Amino acid sequence: MTVALTLTVLLVLAVAGFVLGRRRAVASAQGNIRVLHSLPNYYGWHGAIMAAVPALLALAVWLILQPMVVERQVLGYFPADSVESDAARTLIMADVRRVANGLDVAVARGALTDVQAREVSTTTGSIREVLGTVGVALGAEVTPQVLEAAQRSRELNLSGAWMRTVLTLTLALAGLAYAIKVTDKDFRARNRVERVMLALLMLASTIAILTTVGIVMSMLTESLRFFSMYPWQDFFLSLTWSPSFQGNSQLGLAPLLWGTLYISLVSMLVAVPIGLFTAIYLAEYASPRLRAIIKPMIEIIAGIPTVVFGLFALVTVGPFLRDAFAQPLGLGTSGSSVMTAGIVIGILNIPFISSLADDIINAVPQSMRDGSYGLGATKSETIRQVVLPAALPGVVGAILLAASRAIGETMIVVMGAGAAARLDLNPFEAMTTITVKIVSQLTGDTEFNSPETLVAFALGMTLFVITLGLNIVALIIVRKYREQYE
Amino acid sequence: MNDMRIVERDVDTQKAKITARGVQVHYGTTHALKDVNVDILDNTVTAFIGPSGCGKSTFLRCLNRMNDTVASARVSGEILIDGENIYDKRVDPVQLRAKVGMVFQKPNPFPKSIYDNVAYGPKIHGMTRNKADLDEIVESALRKAALWNEAKDRLNAPGTGLSGGQQQRLCIARAIATSPEVLLMDEPCSALDPIATAQVEELIDELRASFSVVIVTHSMQQAARVSQRTAFFHLGNLVEYGETGTIFTNPTDPRTESYISGRIG
Repeated sequence: MTVALTLTVLLVLAVAGFVLGRRRAVASAQGNIRVLHSLPNYYGWHGAIMAAVPALLALAVWLILQPMVVERQVLGYFPADSVESDAARTLIMADVRRVANGLDVAVARGALTDVQAREVSTTTGSIREVLGTVGVALGAEVTPQVLEAAQRSRELNLSGAWMRTVLTLTLALAGLAYAIKVTDKDFRARNRVERVMLALLMLASTIAILTTVGIVMSMLTESLRFFSMYPWQDFFLSLTWSPSFQGNSQLGLAPLLWGTLYISLVSMLVAVPIGLFTAIYLAEYASPRLRAIIKPMIEIIAGIPTVVFGLFALVTVGPFLRDAFAQPLGLGTSGSSVMTAGIVIGILNIPFISSLADDIINAVPQSMRDGSYGLGATKSETIRQVVLPAALPGVVGAILLAASRAIGETMIVVMGAGAAARLDLNPFEAMTTITVKIVSQLTGDTEFNSPETLVAFALGMTLFVITLGLNIVALIIVRKYREQYE
Repeated sequence: MNDMRIVERDVDTQKAKITARGVQVHYGTTHALKDVNVDILDNTVTAFIGPSGCGKSTFLRCLNRMNDTVASARVSGEILIDGENIYDKRVDPVQLRAKVGMVFQKPNPFPKSIYDNVAYGPKIHGMTRNKADLDEIVESALRKAALWNEAKDRLNAPGTGLSGGQQQRLCIARAIATSPEVLLMDEPCSALDPIATAQVEELIDELRASFSVVIVTHSMQQAARVSQRTAFFHLGNLVEYGETGTIFTNPTDPRTESYISGRIG
């Protein structure tokens, strides 16, 4: 039985569990559902859960474990030294799987009988030709070991699938029988169902955390590998970035970090004032009707893909800045520059700040404004001295969120500021950021064993630490001022 | 209602501070206030009583044009303070509100220190030349609001950290720091416990010496305790206005009598 079919059967059993559980509970109450401990549907859900969940868990575990067991068995056909390295093992397993699949196809098309497929060997003729007739192309003649291994793996998979089906269905039926047996009017079905829901909620929250931990761990191990090949002093203190895949690379963080911070600074100088002023206008001055139109329009910006912004930087903003400022001022002739990328990222971030800050300013209680107006304060005095201080923590949070985005932005930087790592104060000079270099070190046909590629992980780790630091600062600020007007 | 005899009922002056003639208020299509005529005296505590939704708070908010901040509100008629129509086009509501202070139903201290809360009004109106002047104003306002003894050692602590009663007295201090001529209070004790209420009521009586005080209240006992004049509102009409003792003991309008004896409300 295939996995899909098993799942369908499980679904049917779960539905049966629901119907039977509910019906039995109602029957045990003799139709008067007031004497039931839980609402009838809870008995139904209990039946469905008992039928489906243990069986599904067993199925999942089986599906994870079976390939591992098969691989271990199959590798026994090969000499130990030929499967020592990861790469060799992967190659051999790929071969075995291809032949095994080929045999499956041959049986399905009728080119081989089931028995033939099991007993065919390299001495009786070319397997490659037989498989070729059913459309399975193999690169080379099949070696005896590979064929034997493939046959063994077919065998194991077949018997595995059989046992898997039996186990799953047995569990499902046993669960169903148990649920029906325990169901009567005093059974606490709601408590059971709610416990399962609680477990589900906990599982959901753990997944995000575990993923983060996993990402950090993998970056950490790869970074450590990088630092074992390349001295950390050079990475953190060197002022040059010139990777070369022939060796003798200089992988200094400084120019990239500088580019990142410089471009982020320019973008925040654009986004923070414009975003905040927009938010103040929307929250305090605009009429409700105008606000209902303007706010979604500004938020459209947030929906534009960043690569489109990159184009805008490349063909419009870059040349304009070069012709209008850089060349007349004698500051360079480059179309891609820190200013270009910074301004465009800033524009991208305006809706972030304006939208969040607008919500936060709106959340400041009206009584605060009334108190100020009641003392004869003007609208602008009220906004500057009462509303904004009360909204400060949230506004700071919005700004830091935007800063994190600016630091992590890649596409706009590539198209707007170029890819040249440079330490320079001139804002009309091309520079680049950490994220851009991570991409360029990892694209192309690369192997993860040279410092030139592994440096990407160290860069990623640095970026992660910077944004994490920003988030922590944001949290501290928000926590410190949060309760002020409550 | 024996306690209504505690307050001395002699009104020191008969001079009208606020004169309202034919005041009408609409909120959208709702006619909230119908043709109100009243003279509010100087150095007097005037209480507005009446059931919920009768228009008393609305009328209070007309007196310092706080209804301007409500988009749907329309006010017509004439309100004169010291003979000047406050709904005249030449009058700036900002300047008016500096003259007519307001204390709200719920204590609403700013998220600033106690000192800055009180100093807020004097600062924005440029009432002081130096820090020493400001310190003096803050101290005297806090003293008048009977908060000085509790707050003098923690002037830099946030105003929101005070208890409810203290917060309300802080809001009163904040309102009197700008030296208004009229003080409007919208149910100032509704969020307070009996002890804090007693303190605020005592304070209201003292404030009468320097301002004309108008207080909206749901508690008839409170109106009887603190006021010299009482106005009874019902369904947007000013039903009866007169000396507090008379209103409570010998009302002329049957609706007033019903309300006071608890039959309508």
